Amino acid sequence: MSIFEYNGSALVAMVGKNCFAIASDRRLGVQLQTIATDFQRIYQIHDRLFIGISGLATDAQTLYQRLVFRHKLYELREERNMKPETFASLVSALLYEKRFGPYFCQPVIAGLGDEDKPFICTTDAIGAKELAKDFVVAGSASESLYGACEAMFKPDLEPEELFETVSQALQASFDRDCLSGWGGHVYVVTPTEVKERILKGRMD
Amino acid sequence: MGDSQYSFSLTTFSPSGKLVQIEHALTAVGSGQTSLGIKAANGVVIATEKKLPSILVDETSVQKIQILTPNIGVVYSGMGPDFRVLVRKSRKQAEQYHRLYKEPIPVTQLVRETAAVMQEFTQSGGVRPFGVSLLVAGFDDKGPQLYQVDPSGSYFSWKASAMGKNVSNAKTFLEKRYTEDMELDDAVHTAILTLKEGFEGQISSKNIEIGIISADKKFRVLTPAEIDDYLAEVE
Repeated sequence: MSIFEYNGSALVAMVGKNCFAIASDRRLGVQLQTIATDFQRIYQIHDRLFIGISGLATDAQTLYQRLVFRHKLYELREERNMKPETFASLVSALLYEKRFGPYFCQPVIAGLGDEDKPFICTTDAIGAKELAKDFVVAGSASESLYGACEAMFKPDLEPEELFETVSQALQASFDRDCLSGWGGHVYVVTPTEVKERILKGRMD
Repeated sequence: MGDSQYSFSLTTFSPSGKLVQIEHALTAVGSGQTSLGIKAANGVVIATEKKLPSILVDETSVQKIQILTPNIGVVYSGMGPDFRVLVRKSRKQAEQYHRLYKEPIPVTQLVRETAAVMQEFTQSGGVRPFGVSLLVAGFDDKGPQLYQVDPSGSYFSWKASAMGKNVSNAKTFLEKRYTEDMELDDAVHTAILTLKEGFEGQISSKNIEIGIISADKKFRVLTPAEIDDYLAEVE
């Protein structure tokens, strides 16, 4: 079995009208055995920038710590928040540094940029960026997420509709994946506020 | 010279609290050719004298104003060879920043990095301070910017500044002429007039250099023909 699916994960980010949503499941497992059902996979970098990291949980946490470190130094040096595009490049560079012994992670980056323009992107374990206008997915449930998102996504959704769409897509997908699930964690980010919601689903 | 016994090691303070080598570096700058910069409402201009040791030197081969990134240019007063070292290091720094963030380096950041190099050379063994002061002109998200960096590694943001021979005269002249709402073309005129003030001999497109950056965020060095046009407008 792939090391990327050792702990199991489902991650998705979607773009709406001047907003975005990023959502994940809450399971941490070791192969088929569930260890925790309140696992945090999505992290807030600043007011309007989030990163979700799928894949091997230990590497995800280390990667997150290194990103926070780099981002804090950047903020002190430049006295401004990082743009989502800039942050994506930083993630990519950090991952490629470990080209021949990579972090077994696939991060999803979502943020609001200048003029409240939503930005989403994902990279592979060695930092190849993949930009998208609509949605990006990652994790052991990514195959079913592709299908669900392609069927459900509509452009320019308002924040509340976007929440509904992303939640339905996520839930439908991790119910088809035995390594992820056990509730969901959804952030909907608009220029004025961040709404965080915990989803209950099939808790088994 | 009372300070002389303290003037060997860079890292030794004299009893009066001075680092003599750095003062000597500033002297080297002060006796260098005049350079100046003016920040206008919609851009920045930097200009310098280009006095050559002999009329036999091909003046087209001397470039005192250099481009660091497409939107940042720099000019110096003091020692030419030292300047080239700094230009090389700054360009490398800018390129590294771009490689990491896929975004052009902000002027402040590049100035800070360059100043850090200059500071390092006041505290390291086996090296001497740089015999140059820099004027860095750039235009980024924060608008037009003009910085001066000194051999000690200290740097300041200026509305208008001058350095080299005739600093005090040039600065007084700039103080009189400078206004906040000045347009780039006016700033170029003022720059030429200021250079003219302390210029020995006849000013021409062959013995001065001018670099400008406007809202298009493209720094460029004016061609002799363009300088001639400005010179004609000034007269």
